[in-house]
Amino acid sequence: MHIMEGFLPPGHCVAWGAAAAPFVVHGAVKLRRVMREHPQARLTLAASGAFTFVISALKLPSVTGSCSHPTGTGLGAVLFGPPVMAILGGIVLLFQALLLAHGGLTTLGANIFSMAIVGPWVSYWLWKLCTSLGLSMAIGVFVGAAVGDWATYITTSIQLALAYPDAASGFTGAFLKFAGVFALTQVPLAIAEGFLTVLVMNALSEKTQVLEDLGLVRGRS
Amino acid sequence: MRLISRRARYLLAFATLALTVAPLIFVKGQYGGSDDQGSAAVAASQPGFHPWFEPIWKPPSPEIESLLFALQAAIGAGTIGYVVGRIHGAAKEREVNNNKKTAPADVPH
Repeated sequence: MHIMEGFLPPGHCVAWGAAAAPFVVHGAVKLRRVMREHPQARLTLAASGAFTFVISALKLPSVTGSCSHPTGTGLGAVLFGPPVMAILGGIVLLFQALLLAHGGLTTLGANIFSMAIVGPWVSYWLWKLCTSLGLSMAIGVFVGAAVGDWATYITTSIQLALAYPDAASGFTGAFLKFAGVFALTQVPLAIAEGFLTVLVMNALSEKTQVLEDLGLVRGRS
Repeated sequence: MRLISRRARYLLAFATLALTVAPLIFVKGQYGGSDDQGSAAVAASQPGFHPWFEPIWKPPSPEIESLLFALQAAIGAGTIGYVVGRIHGAAKEREVNNNKKTAPADVPH
């Protein structure tokens, strides 16, 4: 989902940057609040950031015969709320833009928008929807993480199609072309990310009260 | 709070592995990166396209690039391992302390 350095026209870079900025600022405020109100959850917060750090570095093979990477933003979005992920995901994207020439500074706004904003919010709302429908925490986390990952790649396809509409078929044609590259490859990887997110959240929560402390489930103590 | 049973845990770990390994066994492909394919699709649709901005620093070789990707993964995985280890260690300690409180007589010092 990384749009490479210089691959979006300057106007689009500015527009996506402006769209992402308020989310990042909001995220910084929320992050401070989480650290203040839940000091005991700092380790879990670090693990959430680390999860997106490790998993977005892994380019995995997919059924389409190409490789892509998961995003890992669903875990933190469910645990600490999606605003926080705008910061944690943004740090990952900045690291990759500066040290790996993967993504870019001009496209940072667009990449933050897809991976650190749309993905986490989709994850969060789907998790909420699932649990409010009476589905288990594990299923909610799986659906949220998997679809959030996928939504990130759909967003990238939209961003590229807006910048480079097809000469004949316009935005729709271009979207289908870019989604053909991203969306299909991502399906099995998004499912794998969903499974992995459930495993990691279980490892973080099974011996602790962290879900109760963060108000995700009703406390029994 | 526990999310899944011990059995479901193994099942999920296996399914995650299977999903990522199966393509390598059953699908013949180039296994290039989708990010680069996206860039290639842009370049192909725009005759004469070249990016208007270059990365300010690039890893000098594929070896250095993979080193940095591995480093990124290692830092992330290391942190998660540390956190899970500490959480589980603390839980165990609590358990031991609780047992001491309830049955202190038969614990030799």
